[in-house]
Amino acid sequence: MGLNTFPLRLARRALLACALGLAASAQAQTPFIVMASTTSTEQSGLFAHLLPAFKAATGTDVRVVALGTGQALDTGRRGDADIVFVHDQPAEEKFVADGFGLKRLPVMYNDFVLIGPAADPAKVRGSDIAAALQKLGASSTAFISRGDKSGTHAAELRYWKQAGVDLAAAKPAGYKECGCGMGPALNMASSMGAYVLADRGTWLSFKNRADLQVLVQGDARLFNQYGVMVVNPARHPHVKQGLAQGFADWVVSPAGQAVIASYKIGGEQLFFPNANK
Amino acid sequence: MSTPLISLQAASVQFGATAALREVSVAIHRGDRIALVGANGSGKTTLLRLLNGLLRPSAGQRLAGQGAARPVTAMVFQKPFLLHFSVRRNVQLALWLAGVPAQDRVQRLQGALDRVGLGALAERPARALSGGQQQRLAMARAWAVQPDILFLDEPTASLDPSAKREVETLIDEFGRDGMAVVMSSHNLGQVKRLSQRVLFLDGGRLLADLPTDDFFRRPDLPSEAVQFLKGELPWA
Amino acid sequence: MDAFSQSVGLALNLITQADATLWRIVGLSLRVSATACCLGAGLGLLMGAWLAVARFRGHGLVVGALNTLLALPSVVVGLSVYLLLSRSGPLGSWGLLFTPTAMVIAQSVLVVPLIAALSRQLVSDALREGGDELQAMGASRLLAAVLLLAHERVAVFTVLLTAFGRAVAEVGAVMIVGGNIDGVTRVMTTAIALETSKGDLPLAMALGLVLLGVVALINLAVGLTRRASQTPLALGAAS
Repeated sequence: MGLNTFPLRLARRALLACALGLAASAQAQTPFIVMASTTSTEQSGLFAHLLPAFKAATGTDVRVVALGTGQALDTGRRGDADIVFVHDQPAEEKFVADGFGLKRLPVMYNDFVLIGPAADPAKVRGSDIAAALQKLGASSTAFISRGDKSGTHAAELRYWKQAGVDLAAAKPAGYKECGCGMGPALNMASSMGAYVLADRGTWLSFKNRADLQVLVQGDARLFNQYGVMVVNPARHPHVKQGLAQGFADWVVSPAGQAVIASYKIGGEQLFFPNANK
Repeated sequence: MSTPLISLQAASVQFGATAALREVSVAIHRGDRIALVGANGSGKTTLLRLLNGLLRPSAGQRLAGQGAARPVTAMVFQKPFLLHFSVRRNVQLALWLAGVPAQDRVQRLQGALDRVGLGALAERPARALSGGQQQRLAMARAWAVQPDILFLDEPTASLDPSAKREVETLIDEFGRDGMAVVMSSHNLGQVKRLSQRVLFLDGGRLLADLPTDDFFRRPDLPSEAVQFLKGELPWA
Repeated sequence: MDAFSQSVGLALNLITQADATLWRIVGLSLRVSATACCLGAGLGLLMGAWLAVARFRGHGLVVGALNTLLALPSVVVGLSVYLLLSRSGPLGSWGLLFTPTAMVIAQSVLVVPLIAALSRQLVSDALREGGDELQAMGASRLLAAVLLLAHERVAVFTVLLTAFGRAVAEVGAVMIVGGNIDGVTRVMTTAIALETSKGDLPLAMALGLVLLGVVALINLAVGLTRRASQTPLALGAAS
């Protein structure tokens, strides 16, 4: 059988495709670490600003896997990431206490804002989040919850508690859980004219606003603290401790903190470094 | 009488509840030119497949090449199955499957195509050939492996008259060249032209095994055979 | 309709600007899915051929299981491969998670049942037509099955194209095992998912149109090469 039969020609082309495919995926030898972080942080655009500066300083690539906070911490527990960068202090402290992470270093904070329709049917406008949620709990206006174990979701649950609303007992009439990320939640709020708790970063980048506005901001409780933790090599020996520690050290150093402060959307600073405060 | 190439001893074939062949005993010798006749469903195809080793008997025995090497066989079907390749490749495949060594394949291939008159069409896609040409290709495939016995299952039933003549000529020539030929047919004229011995089947039983002339003329045939001949003759 | 035409405009812009990031993402999508289809074809075609001829107790069960796997959600495949490749999983020491190789593995797992089930049916039908004759020529059942795959190569090719379509369009598996890492494992579908979750729907739709356009081009190229390779035969058709 000659070598030019159609199936053999096809096989040759296919093998060539495979070879190219695999060769191209044998990536360059740049040292890298895998960082598990949150979707809201990535979508805020911070990493596109921060990581090139880190690479320029140290030559290390950071490969960000963006998940919900719960998932990100799980990824660290499984040893699939070298370093974890999330914003849920109680969960982070538990992570370290359980032996999955080395020391927790505070890095920066941003804030949450309560978004809602410009008409504000529930009359929540102001700077007190607990009061706002109390009013929302009593009204039947729609409220979108992310419901996805994310840092934002955890914060939302804390504020409901502070407002005296027991979600386990009885959800407010308009409470809707979407099990989704910040963007889809904002989309839902925009199309339904609903209220939603969002981080400022995602809100500033969000393009589909309809008549949504920031209604509650400035409450100290709305501040959202970020922490970074190197995954414990005692648990997972393969973790690139040296390189990961390099990132942790850099991001809390004056140089790293300055890069964080310099990130702005529309002239507005999103993240406020507080590593040594 | 020389040792038979293939013989069946009281062989039966059962398909589930149906008995397709019942206790058939027959022997094929070198140089035989045999026709299988019988009504539809009488077991002709099953007998051919059993003789060629495509089936195993459910009872009784099939013996091939006692003492000597196993006989080489080839089979031609009513509608030839040709692969979506060229005429040449189809014959090459038959040679390769039969285990013919590489150095002999080229010669045999050319010889086979020339023998059946398809030499000029070697590069054509096999499926683009006419019905008669396709059947000749099947004959070439068979000839190429130099079989001791050639089995044919109603080889001309689907062909127009001129194609039928071409294929019959080839069968006749192969027989004269020394190949044993075992062929089933509905066409009694064809049976008279091409065979020296007739096997008559009815309901899975072999009811007659006679020289061709005798089969067509003897008065003391089994009644089923007589009816068969009566039923068929107006169409011959 | 306005959002849609906005997306079409965006898509055309993306293409004409020849954005380097976009084309890197497109390239990775195609490489990952093509490689997965190669591997899937190797395994799937053999499995299909074998299943068409094999006779054993429980054959019906295996075929039923295979047909069920046709409806395997890509997310489930992604999850299973993730658990296999995770550092806490059995193959963790290979360090493949969050790499394009992991994505190839996941998509291969996704397309093998598809290729096997379809080629099994193909071979089975072809065997009914020519299995006897091939057997009479001396081929074993399995060899006959493989020969029939070559015989039905046009249909086999369609099966492979179908598998490629399934692979290049899926997002669940590559998102989970790849992690959608910018510049490393981001492919078209995960990029679309990302833009959707950021709320940038026109851009997400535009990326979707670009993906469709690329696949359409591939199909066009395939169709043209097929016609070209058939022309000499068409000219030499029987008289």
